[in-house]
Amino acid sequence: MKHSSLMKWFVSREGLYYLALAFLLVVLLPLTLDSFRLNMVGKYLTYAFVAIGLVMCWGKAGILSLGQGVFFGLGGYCMAMFLKLEASTPEATAIQSTPGIPDFMDWNQLTELPWFWEPFHSFSFTLLAVVGVPVLLAFVIGVAMFTRRVGGVYFAIITQAIAAVLTILIIGQQGYTGGVNGITDLQTLMGWDIRTDEARNILYFICVGMLFLCLFAARLVQNRKLGRILVAMNAQEMRVRFSGYDVAAFKIFVFCLAAAFAGIGGALFTLLVGFMSPSFIGIVASIEMVIFCALGGRLSILGAVYGALLVNAAKSGFSESFPELWPFAMGALFIGVVLAFPDGLAGLYKSYVMPLEDKVFKRNKSKAVPVGTSQTAEKADDYSPMANTYSPEKS
Amino acid sequence: MSIAKSKSGDFLLAVEGLTVSFDGFKAVDDLSFYLDPKEIRVIIGPNGAGKTTVLDLICGKTKATSGSIKFAGKELTKLKEHQIVHSGVGRKFQTPSVFEDLTVFENLEVSYPQGHSVIGALAFKRDAAVIEAVEDVAKTIFLTEALHEPAALLSHGQKQWLEIGMLLIQKPDLLMLDEPVAGMSVAERKKTAELLRVITKDHTVLVIEHDMQFVGDIADRVTVMHQGKVLSEGSIDHVKSDPKVIEVYLGH
Repeated sequence: MKHSSLMKWFVSREGLYYLALAFLLVVLLPLTLDSFRLNMVGKYLTYAFVAIGLVMCWGKAGILSLGQGVFFGLGGYCMAMFLKLEASTPEATAIQSTPGIPDFMDWNQLTELPWFWEPFHSFSFTLLAVVGVPVLLAFVIGVAMFTRRVGGVYFAIITQAIAAVLTILIIGQQGYTGGVNGITDLQTLMGWDIRTDEARNILYFICVGMLFLCLFAARLVQNRKLGRILVAMNAQEMRVRFSGYDVAAFKIFVFCLAAAFAGIGGALFTLLVGFMSPSFIGIVASIEMVIFCALGGRLSILGAVYGALLVNAAKSGFSESFPELWPFAMGALFIGVVLAFPDGLAGLYKSYVMPLEDKVFKRNKSKAVPVGTSQTAEKADDYSPMANTYSPEKS
Repeated sequence: MSIAKSKSGDFLLAVEGLTVSFDGFKAVDDLSFYLDPKEIRVIIGPNGAGKTTVLDLICGKTKATSGSIKFAGKELTKLKEHQIVHSGVGRKFQTPSVFEDLTVFENLEVSYPQGHSVIGALAFKRDAAVIEAVEDVAKTIFLTEALHEPAALLSHGQKQWLEIGMLLIQKPDLLMLDEPVAGMSVAERKKTAELLRVITKDHTVLVIEHDMQFVGDIADRVTVMHQGKVLSEGSIDHVKSDPKVIEVYLGH
C-alpha cells in the first residue's frame, strides 16, 4: 500500500518535477560539466539550502529574514573549525612557536587552543553543531522577537543588524576566528583529501543528496496542517491566534527550520570550496540569498533551487567578463522580479508552462482512462497521496 | 433570575471592575456584568462606547489595566490569547477574517481543536472524526455545498457564517460575536438569527449589535454601554423604555 502510493507519487505531476530536478543534478550536469564546473554547481547548490529555508520562512510564513547568511556562516564555520583542527597537527605545524594550533592563532600570539575550539576535534560533535549552533541562535532570536510580537520590517532590520554584528565580531577577533581571511587551507576530512577532483565529485553528490533530504523535509512540513497554519498566519495572524494557536511558537519553529537548512548548506559550502570567510555571511551575502529565493519564486521550494542555480550561474558568467557590472545586473534583476513577476520563475512556470502541460496531461488521460474517472484522477493530482487528504469515499 | 440572587459560582462569565486606559483615556471604566450559562446577551451602545474593547479584553487581545474577568471560575486576565481560546472562549471579529486561500473545509479543519502545538500540527491526521465534525458544522452554517470551494469565493454573508463555524468547531462554551449581521442582506439576517438560535441551545453567546430589530429577535438580555460604563441592563423592552438609553442611544 505504502509502496504503491510512493510509485503513484513518482508518476504524478509533482513527482515528475522532482525527478526532472534529480535528472538534471545527478545525470545531466555531471555528464556534461568538467570537475571544476561541477564543483561550482555544487557551490551554487549550497545556497539553494538557504533559499529553501527562505521559502518556508518568508514565502509561506511571511517572516522576512535578511540575515540568513548568519546561519549559513555558522554552519560553515563549524565545519571549517573541524577541518582546520585536522589540518593543524603538531607535525604539520612544527615550525610554529606553538605547534598543534591553527596557523592564524599562532600569528596572533595565541599559545593554546581556545576552549570553544576544543569540541571541534570530534566529527560527530561537529555534525551536531552544524545544525545545532544555527538552530540555537535562531531559537534565541525567535523567542526574543516573536514572543514580543516583533515582525515585518522591524524583524528584517534586526536580522540585518545581527548579520553585521557577526561579521564585525569575526573580523575583529582574528586570533579566534581567522579574521577577514577566514579559515583557509583546509585539507582533509578524517584523512580523506577533499581537494582532489574525485573527492569534489563525491562531495557534489553528497550535496545533491542532502538537498533532496531538505526538499522532502520542507515538503512534509508544507503538506501537513503545520504548513497550512504557516500560510494562514501570514494572511490572518489574528484569526490564527484566536483559533487557539500560539503564533510565536510556529514562527520560532519555521525560523529555526530555515536556520537548520542554511547551516547544512554552509557546512557543505566549506567542504566544496575548501575555506570559509566572513564575506559569505555578511549583509550583502544575506540579501543575495533573498534574491535567489525571490527569483526562483518565494512560494515554491523547487523554484528556490532553480533560483539559486540560475542567479549564481549568471553571477559567475557575468563576473568573468564584466565584474563591475554584476551588482547592477543583480539589482535590476531584483527590481524586475518584484515589479514584473512577484512569484518568480515558479510563478511564470505556473501561468505559462502549466496550461500547456494541462493539455498534454489531459490528452494522455482521455486516451488512458474512461471519461467518467478522468475528473477524479486529475483532482488527485493536486493533492499528494502521501499527505492526508480529504476524500469523500472515506466518510 | 435576577443577578443579585444568583451566587457568583453560577455565572459562566463574571466581569468585575474591568478598566482599561489608553494613555489616560478610559475606554472601559469600572465595568461589571455577569453572564448566565446558555444566555444570549447583546451589548448595544453608541460608537466609541467601548463595546468592541470589552470583547478584546475578554479574549485577551487587549490587556486590562485593572479588574477581573472570571470565566467558569478561571481568571482570564493573566492568560495568553491561545490559552483563553483553549479555556473555551471563541471570538468572531467585526470584519470577516477567514483564510481566503484555504477551502471552507480547510478553514474549519484549522480551527478543529486538535493538533494546536507545532508538533501536533505536524502529526495531525485528517481522520473520520475530523471529517464528521467539519461536515456537521458546515451543515449548521449552511455551507455544505461550498465545502470544497476556496473561502475567497464566498459572499460576505457566507464568510461571516464560516467564521462563526470556525468558532463552533472549537466547541467553546462562550461565543463572542462582533456585529455578526453587519452588511448582510435581509434574507441573510434572518438565516443568521436562525443560526444563532440553534447555537444557543448549547452555547452562551455574547453579541455586539446595532440592528435593534435583530437584537429584539435574539436577545435574552441587553446591556447598554456608554462611555465605557454600563448605562442600563435588562430585557429588550426594559432598556428600550429606559429614558437614559433613549437619551444617548436610541434617540427620541
